Amino acid sequence: MQIIKPDINIDFVGKKGLAIVLSLVLILAGLVSLVAKGGPRYGIDFAGGTLIQVKFNQPTDAATIRGALAPLNLRGLTVQRFEGEGDEFLLRAQESSAALEGLSHRITEALEGSFGEGQLELRRMEMVGPQAGRELRNRGLLAVLYAMIGILIYVSWRFKFRFAVGAILALLHDVLFTVGIFSLLNKEIDLPVIAAFLGIVGYSLNDTIIVYDRIRENTGKIEKESFPSVINRSINETLSRTIMTSGTTLLVVLALLIFGGGVIQNFALALFIGIMVGTYSSVFVASPVLLYWDEYRARRRGAKG
Amino acid sequence: MSKSIVMRGGVVAGCLLLALLALAPTFVPDRLPAWWKKAFDPIHLGLDLQGGMHLVLGVEAEKAVESRVDSLVGQLEAELQSRELVVRRVERIGESQLKIVAYEEDTVRQIDEWLSANYPDLEPQAGETVDGAVAKSYRLSSRTVETIKSNAVRQAVETLRNRVDQFGLSEPVLQRQGEDRILVQLPGVKDPKRAVALLGKTARLEFKLVAEQVDPMEAARGMLPPGTQLLYERQLNRRSGAVAQTPIVVYDQTVLTGDLIADAQVRIDPRFNEPYISLDFNALGAKSFDRITGANVGRRMAIVLDDTVYSAPVIRERISGGSAQITGSFSEQEAADLAIALRAGSLPAPVKVLEDRTVGPSLGMDSIKQGMTSVIIGGLLVVLAMALYYNVSGLVANLALVLNMVFLLALLSLFKATLTLPGIAGIVLTLGMAVDANVLIYERIREELRNGMSVRAAIDAGYSKAFLTIIDANITTFIAALVLFQFGTGPVKGFAVTLSIGIASSLFTAVFVSRLVFDLVLERFQVKRLRI
Repeated sequence: MQIIKPDINIDFVGKKGLAIVLSLVLILAGLVSLVAKGGPRYGIDFAGGTLIQVKFNQPTDAATIRGALAPLNLRGLTVQRFEGEGDEFLLRAQESSAALEGLSHRITEALEGSFGEGQLELRRMEMVGPQAGRELRNRGLLAVLYAMIGILIYVSWRFKFRFAVGAILALLHDVLFTVGIFSLLNKEIDLPVIAAFLGIVGYSLNDTIIVYDRIRENTGKIEKESFPSVINRSINETLSRTIMTSGTTLLVVLALLIFGGGVIQNFALALFIGIMVGTYSSVFVASPVLLYWDEYRARRRGAKG
Repeated sequence: MSKSIVMRGGVVAGCLLLALLALAPTFVPDRLPAWWKKAFDPIHLGLDLQGGMHLVLGVEAEKAVESRVDSLVGQLEAELQSRELVVRRVERIGESQLKIVAYEEDTVRQIDEWLSANYPDLEPQAGETVDGAVAKSYRLSSRTVETIKSNAVRQAVETLRNRVDQFGLSEPVLQRQGEDRILVQLPGVKDPKRAVALLGKTARLEFKLVAEQVDPMEAARGMLPPGTQLLYERQLNRRSGAVAQTPIVVYDQTVLTGDLIADAQVRIDPRFNEPYISLDFNALGAKSFDRITGANVGRRMAIVLDDTVYSAPVIRERISGGSAQITGSFSEQEAADLAIALRAGSLPAPVKVLEDRTVGPSLGMDSIKQGMTSVIIGGLLVVLAMALYYNVSGLVANLALVLNMVFLLALLSLFKATLTLPGIAGIVLTLGMAVDANVLIYERIREELRNGMSVRAAIDAGYSKAFLTIIDANITTFIAALVLFQFGTGPVKGFAVTLSIGIASSLFTAVFVSRLVFDLVLERFQVKRLRI
């Protein structure tokens, strides 16, 4: 079976202006949302706080739970039905570090007080102090930064520097885009989501490298072929592979998103968005950057001489 | 068969055999002989899958410095007195400084000389004159401060290890992290709240004399004479379970500390059927206790644990046996935990819970189930897609994919790596990405076939041309995974582990194994048309 005909020749390079406008609009939309909401919505890993997952034996709703917890006067309490079957809820509270210790116990007691003992099960409890949260956040940001530096070095070594610039811009594009979409969807960013970002960085690069590899191979093969034409031919030649690999990867991530359960849903969502945009960026961002870089250098040389 | 194929087949068969040996204890643990299970561990599950507790404790090491300066203050007061150097007071300033206030310049000079000879750790700071008195400050040298801090953390790790051992868990983890952090992992812990309480207890036991002449009520309003402090005595009403706090004033000076305890046990007082803790001092402690009780017969001595007075009995007679009792208000469980903490030793500085993640066993089971479902469904989808798209060659890629799963799990077990929920997600992601190498090769082969190459030549060219691309593409993902491994903690690290192992094993199966299958088929059969 073949989806992509061997002699396919789509003018990807010609649409680079349109692609850049599209990317900018989407990233700007995300950034506007980020600014409007005062930064990304951090999960308790980064913001500090307490998260409790409780399963009730009887049907109940968020309002009843809120009522049961009202006497505790918790700061920033949110009650949210958890994905999956049964009456499972996710409670979050933002409290200062001193009040955090033992908070989960107080919450369970209050719930047992109004629902009856043995009527609920504490499935998961996470408490992160504000100091630890700040540190985890810094480490997460550093991780993404170091991964990019490592990749920049490797790609500069294997290819040329301009390829590395293109690859890094594509990665920034992907991560910014995903952070923006997360903000638009009002999803939380926590440790697993940062892990997903690094997964995206790895995947998107994988895709970019394969196109670059073909560009390098095709450069100088046909005499007097212009650089834009080389790039376009390379993208077309690898298109079948790009679609097949992205397709299988998206399939498995979709399986993870649907069947993986609530605990890793945000993680799977980040991967899903990131892999789609990563595929797009290796065609529409990473390759055009090579062209712009070339034009920019030519202009500078022209201006000098 | 050619020699090369036999050799390569042998390598694959050997790897497969090793993988099956390693995986058997995970999947069929009941039917294996003991030596087998001893040689290969089953795959180790993370806390998020098997349930348990993950704690990050922060040691407040600066408190250890403060208490060192405090004890220096006491020591200096006594020594200055014995040298007849009259000073108004000696006090601690901030974390690592102390200030001596004297009446005359001359005294300060003498103290200065004596200190520099006997206490080289104390660095003199600028002096000052305040309404007639001469004050001089000394700072603990930064090297000494660093040593105290790092010793405090090291000692805290030891003490916590002793306490954790009392839980009787199968594989507790206790690690120092960075400068002042301690990571504690308690898989399968039954009562998380109790565990936190027991680990977080400083368990600093002090004996202090009660200042009888001070009215505690006055003191509670702020009228505290110098050299004394206000503490609260804890009283438990056994019937209602309510805890009452009554103020009590004691002298600052600690006459004896819990460091000198050799053993602590819970006993039940048969008269009231109440628990108490019986303490045995070591030789040095017994001697001190003997001297102190002898010198203070008729006075009350407060038994202070972590700044709470548990009881303040009257000393009726000199106690020479080297043992003492803490009676007082605690439930049986509290008494048991106190005894554990006293036996394990006190923490040199208080610890604070910075992170606490607890997963119940039922959620862990659900996560395993959901993870497995995703792996199976994701895997089937990929297998189907490959078979549809690449026909018979797709089946070869699928064989490589299945082997990849086997090797990935086997490597997890051989490396004794921990499988977490994000780790399972990493396996799922690997399933999708692992076929990439085969896709790259097949697309190349298709190109070469279109260019009119023979099957044999097309396969050769496909593999050799795609190889470098595959390496380049995988190494970059590998870099990202390595960074993640370095920075991630707990569950997230599991993602990095499966992702990087998955990359390595997929290179082996997708390139090496699939090539072997093609070569084998080409040698056996006359292949005119490759179904790809």
